[in-house]
Amino acid sequence: MNTRYLPANLVIGAILVVLTLGVALLSVFWTPYDYTQLDIVHKFQGPSAAHWLGTDQLGRDLLSQLMAGAGNSMAVAVTAVVLGGSIGTALGLLASAYGGWVEDIVMRLSDLSFAFPALLFAIMLAAAFGPSLPNVVVAIAFINVPIFARVARASANQIWTREYVFAARAAGLGKFAISRDHILPNIAAPIIVQATIEFALAILIEAALSYLGLGAQPPSPSWGRMLSEAQTLMYLAPQLAIYPGLSIVVAVLGFGLLGDGLRDVTDPRLSRER
Amino acid sequence: MRRENLPQMHGAVRMGYFIFRRLVGFVLTLLAVSVVVFLAMNVLPGDPALNILGIESSEDARAALREQLGLDEPAVFRYFQWIFNAVQGDFGVSYSYGVPVSELIVERIPMTLSLAFSGMVLTTVVALVMGITAASHHKKTGDWVVMLLSQLGVAIPAFWLSMLLVLLFAVKLRWLPPGGFAGWDDPLAAMRSLVLPTVSLALVQSAVLARVTRSSALEVIRHDFVRTARASGFSRQRVLWRHVLPNALIPIVTIVGLQFAALVSGTIVIENVFYLPGLGRLIFQSISNRDLFTVQALVMMFAVIVVSANFLVDIAYVLIDPRLKARTE
Repeated sequence: MNTRYLPANLVIGAILVVLTLGVALLSVFWTPYDYTQLDIVHKFQGPSAAHWLGTDQLGRDLLSQLMAGAGNSMAVAVTAVVLGGSIGTALGLLASAYGGWVEDIVMRLSDLSFAFPALLFAIMLAAAFGPSLPNVVVAIAFINVPIFARVARASANQIWTREYVFAARAAGLGKFAISRDHILPNIAAPIIVQATIEFALAILIEAALSYLGLGAQPPSPSWGRMLSEAQTLMYLAPQLAIYPGLSIVVAVLGFGLLGDGLRDVTDPRLSRER
Repeated sequence: MRRENLPQMHGAVRMGYFIFRRLVGFVLTLLAVSVVVFLAMNVLPGDPALNILGIESSEDARAALREQLGLDEPAVFRYFQWIFNAVQGDFGVSYSYGVPVSELIVERIPMTLSLAFSGMVLTTVVALVMGITAASHHKKTGDWVVMLLSQLGVAIPAFWLSMLLVLLFAVKLRWLPPGGFAGWDDPLAAMRSLVLPTVSLALVQSAVLARVTRSSALEVIRHDFVRTARASGFSRQRVLWRHVLPNALIPIVTIVGLQFAALVSGTIVIENVFYLPGLGRLIFQSISNRDLFTVQALVMMFAVIVVSANFLVDIAYVLIDPRLKARTE
C-alpha cells in the first residue's frame, strides 16, 4: 500500500464513515432530547437554538431521532454484514480448500440465493414470522453469504498456489490449519473491501424495509420509518422528508467511497485501470 | 460468465446444446427456489393456521382452517400438490380476497412489468449516454461530473428520490400526480401516473450501469482498431457508438440482467410509494391481511421473473458476442 498517495474517495469516504459511526456511538450515550419524548405544543417547529433541526408532527426533536436512527441503522448493517460475511467467508474457504463436490455444492447454493433479491427474502420472512428488525438482519445476512463465499473462494484459490502454502502442506499442516493460518490472513484485504461496500447496501436495504414497515417497529427509531411517517405529511411539513434521506445518503456514500478507495489502494491493478 | 467446454458438434446443434444446458439449469433453479419458498413460508414458521389467524384465535378455529386449507396433509404432499397446481396456473384461492390468486396476478402483473420494462429502457438509455460520455472525456470535466453523479445516485434510496420528485413535480409545480392510478382506460393519464415512478426506479439503477458502461468502454477505447477507425476518418461519435459500444456490451448486458432483478424488486417499494396497483402493492396488502398463500405465490412469481431474466441474459450472451457465437457454431 502506497501511503504517500491516498485517493480522494478514500479520504472523503473515511470522513463520512467516521462521522456516521461517531454519531451512532454518541447516540447510545447521549442525544439532545429523549427521541420518544412527545411535546405536541411544539410540533412542526423549524430549526432553533433549542431544537437544531426542529421538531416533527408529535413535537419530538428531529436531531435526537436522526442520531438514534444512525445507531439503529449501523447496528443492523454491522450485525448483518459480519454475520453473513463470516458464514460466506467460511464457506468460500471450505470450497477452496476441498474443491470437488464440496465446492460444487457451495457454488450452486450461492447461485440459488441470487434468485432472491434481499427485499423479496425479507418480505418472505416478514410474512412468515412477522415484521421485526432481527428478520431484517437475517435477510441481509442471508444475501451476503453467497457474495462473500464467492469473493473468499476466488481469492483463496489464488493463495493456495503460493509457495509458502506448498511449504506449509509439505510441513504436514492440514487444510483447516492452512486455511486459518495462511489463507485467511492473505484474503483479508478483498474481504474487508467487500464488507465496506456491503455495509452501504445494508444501510439502504434496512432503510427500505423500515420504510415499508417490515423493519424497525415503533417506537424504535429508524431513518426509513421517519421517511414513511414524513410521506403522509409532505404537504404540511416537507422538511421532515429531507433530513432522514440526507442521513441515509451520507452514510451510504461514506461506506461506498471508503470501499472504492480501499480497493484502489489494496488492488493496484484495478486502480491503474481507473 | 461461465466458459462452456462444449463437445465437438456442429453449428446449430452446438447452439441448441448450449441453450438446452441453460434450460435445464433454469428449471432446476426454479425447483430449488420453490423448495426454499415453501420451506420458509410453510414449514419453518410452524403452524400456518396460527400465523393466518393470529395467537388470539381459538384452537377450534385453527383446526377448521387447517382442514379447509388442507394443512393436515404431510408437508411433502402439500409441496408437490402446490407445484403440480402452480404449473397449471392454479395458485389456490386468496384467503383475504376470496378469488383465485391467479386472477389477482393476471390483473396486477401489467403494472409491475410495465414499470420494470419502462424503468429498464430509461436506465439503459441514461446509463449508455452517461457512460460513453464519461469514457470519451476520460479524466476531464465530463468524466468527473458523470462519476460524481453516479456515486451520488448509488447512495440515494429510490423511495427517497420518489418523495423528492413528488415534492417538486406534484406538490410544488403540480405537473404530475403524486400517486395513485386510475386504470389503463385513459392511456395518457396512465402514462402521466407512471412518469415519476419510472424515473425514480431508473435514475438510481442507471447510476450503477453508467459506471459499468464507462469502465467497459475505457477497456475497448485503448484497442488498436479504435485508433484505426478514427484514423480512417470516421467521426468520434460514430466510432464511439458503432465500434466501441458493441464491443463493450458483454459486461453491460451482465449488469442489465442483474439490474432487471433489482428493478423488479424495486417495483415492490415504488408501487407502495405511489400507491400503484401492481404485484408489489398486492404482496404488502397480503402480508397485512395475513394471506400467507397469496404471499407465497407472489414471492414465487417474483423469483420466477428474476430467474427468467438471468436465463435470458445467458442466452443473450451468445447472440451479442461474436466470439461466443463462433464457439457454439
